[in-house]
Amino acid sequence: MDFELMQKVYPFFLEAAWVTILLSVLTAILGLTLGALGTFARLSRFVVLRAIGAAYVSVFRGTPALIQLFILYFGGPQIGIQLDAFQAGVIGLGINAGAYMTETIRGAIISIDKGQTEAARTLGLSRWQTMYKVILPQSLRLMVRPLGVNINALIKATALVAAISVVELTYTAQRYIGSTYKPFEMFLLAGVLYMIIIYVAGRGVTWLDRKVQIT
Amino acid sequence: MNEQTKFVEIRHAQKSYGDLEVLKDISLTVDRGQIVGIIGSSGSGKSTLLRAINDLDPLTGGEVWLDGVQVNKNLPYRKYEKHINEMRQQVGMVFQHFNLFPHMTARENVTMAPIMLKGLSKAEANKLAEEQLDEVGLLERIDYYPSQLSGGQKQRVAIARALAMKPKLMLFDEATSALDPELVEEVNLVMKKLAEKHMTMIIVTHEMDFASSVCDRVLFMDQGVVVEEGPPEVIFKNPKQKRTREFLRKHLAGAK
Repeated sequence: MDFELMQKVYPFFLEAAWVTILLSVLTAILGLTLGALGTFARLSRFVVLRAIGAAYVSVFRGTPALIQLFILYFGGPQIGIQLDAFQAGVIGLGINAGAYMTETIRGAIISIDKGQTEAARTLGLSRWQTMYKVILPQSLRLMVRPLGVNINALIKATALVAAISVVELTYTAQRYIGSTYKPFEMFLLAGVLYMIIIYVAGRGVTWLDRKVQIT
Repeated sequence: MNEQTKFVEIRHAQKSYGDLEVLKDISLTVDRGQIVGIIGSSGSGKSTLLRAINDLDPLTGGEVWLDGVQVNKNLPYRKYEKHINEMRQQVGMVFQHFNLFPHMTARENVTMAPIMLKGLSKAEANKLAEEQLDEVGLLERIDYYPSQLSGGQKQRVAIARALAMKPKLMLFDEATSALDPELVEEVNLVMKKLAEKHMTMIIVTHEMDFASSVCDRVLFMDQGVVVEEGPPEVIFKNPKQKRTREFLRKHLAGAK
């Protein structure tokens, strides 16, 4: 193993890791926002909103994220959507993550015992008051860990944007392989950096999970 | 008949799930301060009838009136929501499985609705919680979470929570059925205390002794109809209907 080479290219990989982190953070924010909106649609009392929510989830979970990225980035200009690679990466992955997060958030909400809603409604609380005061605080505790799993998957999925030439970790590794012919070292370096990012994110989720639990 | 005098009135209540008819044309009135017990085997429709009173299980036919106002009015969604939320504030309900809010202390369980719906200040609500929890003998547990309370204590907090809204009517849906036998009495005592204060109550129960000691009137339901109703001494000692006699024989035999 060529440690000397690894040491030499290491700073460039660190730079690329920042791009991966930025991609992940933006994708997670977009995903969570869409997950919340998707849940709102899926739990709405309006059938049209429910259908839109269901279609969103089934389309974006039912096709490969890579194809979604390709359609957005390569197919987009054909229908008037002009995005640079980074924008396309964030938006494409964010929409994809949002579909998974919709199911996570919705799952946490509907798993709260029906008796909780009944008790709140019986006291005279409205649907929204019930959701806000009784259901959400309880389901928040149930959704932190599974959302953590979604975020873990999303960080790894950022590797896909190498295929639309965003200069992040995986793309950087490939580029250096092209000039050094050392795939083992280059991919290993990228893999270690991914692991560190995912480890830190996982610790964050654990911390948050502990924070939202009581007693 | 003058409908103003009737405090709770159910007119021709009918409820079906598809082909299954669970309530078949039930009419019933309850006077102010009266305590009515509903007995019957599971599946007889007694819980469904109780839950129809605050529209938790909406009827498919018939009317429910409370204190001169129709509960299950036919209104557009938003208006109906507003109306039913106002009606429900006047009707307390206690469930078999307590349904306390696990993320709130006993105090918060009791104060939440009065603060949100009646605009009580925090200080006023706290005072109210102290009174209500004292009334059910749980003042010293005021800052405990439900997970730190026994079943009987949870149910007493649930009663305090309902009473904090100062309801006109209390509905009990098998309030002691989920409790260990030794915890039943403490809940029964709280309910008896309420009875002494002339709270209007409708109680769905499996406990014949309790029903006969607190209720002014007992209804026996079977297969979606009220088979027989009358004062507890008649229903329990001298029922006229064969079905009532059979139910009581089985139930009392089963209890032993």
